[in-house]
Amino acid sequence: MGKALLEIENLQTSFRIKGTDYAAVDDVSLCIHEDEVLAIVGESGCGKSALALSIIGLHEPRVTDLRGAIRFEGENLLELSRKKLNEIRGKEIGMVFQDPMTALNPLLTIGSQIEEPMKYHMDLSRIARKERALDLLRRVGIRDEALVHARYPHELSGGMRQRVVIAIALACNPRLLIADEPTTALDVTIQAQIMELLKTLQSEMQSGILLITHDLGVVAETADRVAVMYAGQIVELAEVDDIFARPLHPYTRSLFQSNPAKMPRKGRLHVIQGRVPNLENLKREGCRFADRVPWVPKTEHARSPVLQEVKRGHFVRCTCYKNFHFNTGRSGEKDVATS
Amino acid sequence: MKKMSPLLSVQRLKVYFPIRGGFWHRAIDHTRATDDVSFEIMEGETYGLVGESGCGKTTTGRAIIGLHKATSGKILFDGIDLAKLRGKERRRRTKDIQMVFQDPYASLNGRKKVLDIVAEPLRNFERMSPQEEKRAVQTLLERVGLDADAAYRYPHQFSGGQRQRIGIARALTLNPKLIIADEPVSALDVSVQAQVLNFMQDIQKEFNLAYLFISHDLGVVQHICDRIGIMYRGRLVEEGLAEEVYSNPQHLYTKRLISAIPEMEPAQRLAKRRVRQSVQEQYEGAYDQFFDKDGKLFDLKKISKTHSVAVP
Ligand SMILES: Nc1ncnc2c1ncn2[C@@H]1O[C@H](COP(=O)(O)OP(=O)(O)OP(=O)(O)O)[C@@H](O)[C@H]1O
Ligand SMILES: Nc1ncnc2c1ncn2[C@@H]1O[C@H](COP(=O)(O)OP(=O)(O)OP(=O)(O)O)[C@@H](O)[C@H]1O
Ligand SMILES: [Mg+2]
Ligand SMILES: [Mg+2]
Repeated sequence: MGKALLEIENLQTSFRIKGTDYAAVDDVSLCIHEDEVLAIVGESGCGKSALALSIIGLHEPRVTDLRGAIRFEGENLLELSRKKLNEIRGKEIGMVFQDPMTALNPLLTIGSQIEEPMKYHMDLSRIARKERALDLLRRVGIRDEALVHARYPHELSGGMRQRVVIAIALACNPRLLIADEPTTALDVTIQAQIMELLKTLQSEMQSGILLITHDLGVVAETADRVAVMYAGQIVELAEVDDIFARPLHPYTRSLFQSNPAKMPRKGRLHVIQGRVPNLENLKREGCRFADRVPWVPKTEHARSPVLQEVKRGHFVRCTCYKNFHFNTGRSGEKDVATS
Repeated sequence: MKKMSPLLSVQRLKVYFPIRGGFWHRAIDHTRATDDVSFEIMEGETYGLVGESGCGKTTTGRAIIGLHKATSGKILFDGIDLAKLRGKERRRRTKDIQMVFQDPYASLNGRKKVLDIVAEPLRNFERMSPQEEKRAVQTLLERVGLDADAAYRYPHQFSGGQRQRIGIARALTLNPKLIIADEPVSALDVSVQAQVLNFMQDIQKEFNLAYLFISHDLGVVQHICDRIGIMYRGRLVEEGLAEEVYSNPQHLYTKRLISAIPEMEPAQRLAKRRVRQSVQEQYEGAYDQFFDKDGKLFDLKKISKTHSVAVP
């Protein structure tokens, strides 16, 4: 692992809803190194995209409040001027947005959107830019690259749009790539090709990748470290093999159990009881996961747990993880509480 | 439970998009997005459509609900050719088919509250008091795993997966007979995905719903679908019962799809990589297995009562 590329310290991102601020990202600290893939997994709505958008400063400033520090190669992005930030964004930091259709301009051709950041950040002739755009399209697995280059977003399939967004993010060889669900719309063969591509570019550039995904298979195959988020906080952080072999937080374990590939066909799938509440209804005192493990005595959960290192490099935010029989989550059995 | 005549019958469907160019901006060629596709879905059945990105899955789904015009071919719903219906009769019929769109954000009107988005189909067809309507919407939202007060927020205030669930709730308001679900759970983490899939199976039993389930996630498809069709470059290349296709894939593309599923078990990763490599080698040298001498994909041939493959 190389030196630290991005350091996030006590980040808090709040959205204003009906006049009150609610933290969607709450006290998150993370570090991404050169040549490292850090995966973030977590339940829908837990704040993964909010975290990613905070890093590149793309939240609507009128309704968002950012606190803490985000240091990229030593500079605090939260304190930079718009101009400076624009220079870093798109060049040093590339972003693959979760929602490709909203990230693309419906009125511009695919080609011009891939070439746009090259115009600002790279010293290339028009012809060289087009060459590079075509090459990027080919590398993200688009067959008729010349045809797609001239098309508009609505003329592409969902997965093709997603790959165009990946091509744009890679256009200027970023040092840090933030990829928010980059392969959700892709079939597994193209997904594999894209993950290969990201890894190749990464080792060429010694860049870091922040990979947000809910595909645990992709995590297992590509990540170096994994951060698990729940209700705005990191609840577990560990090296990839560690977390798959020995998940500690009850949420992480439940997550590993919900995989449909392991369930009998047409049977009911394992779900975690309850759900992540809306931001407004999130309780901020005590353990945020308490409602979802109702069999654990309430007294265990009165205090807010802190993220503690329980083994070298393995962090967990939970006071009761020891109360669970250890279960790899692979057999489809339920976790059982003892006390 | 199942009737003998299919609920939906797609017959030799073609959807071509013009590629325009030259000085006059005329159609100089076509993208053959859906190219001669036939399949049937029975009442209460789940049919999975799987395939490479860009192979024409969404186009096929959109053609069925009439959002794309078929270049040729027929779509029969309950035995009736939808393309021939007009006006009121058409509206009444098409209400039984609803679609969950692949791109949840682009398909939800950003200026409307979730309440209005989900209730909109209701308002077109049913008379309900505002109270009843609110209750109906909130019940649906809760069943897809959202808080009831989500009804009062706007789409941009939700995460990607939450938006996708709003789209699912909306498709369910009118108790349709067929739901075309285009990647309905691909933006969801496995736990919420499990919740939504359980829910989809519950209402399927309750209302004898049929699904055209478009997805690239073979794990999910295998779990929820009765039959699967594998699409490749606009055509079906394999079709059969879910367990058949999954455990005994015949077409090389299907084999490749199955071998590419990422492996969670560290112990099996190496073995998986080997399988992948060998399938990849076969795939690269196998043009003849895919295309005939004119460069066309082969037609489906039956290899058992339920299982067909496109081979020479
Ligand atoms: N602009 C906004 N205004 C108010 N609330 C918001 C806004 N954007 C997001 N939220 C809320 O913040 C929380 C975190 O959202 P975020 O998009 O980060 O989730 P996520 O982890 O990316 O989920 P998914 O996996 O579904 O994409 C959610 O509860 C969401 O409803
Ligand atoms: N409105 C359109 N105009 C022109 N071409 C289109 C249009 N819609 C789709 N296409 C083309 O048709 C082909 C099939 O697209 P479709 O969206 O059906 O793919 P898909 O199988 O749904 O892929 P994905 O899994 O990536 O969503 C693609 O080559 C696409 O570029
Ligand atoms: Mg998100
Ligand atoms: Mg599609």
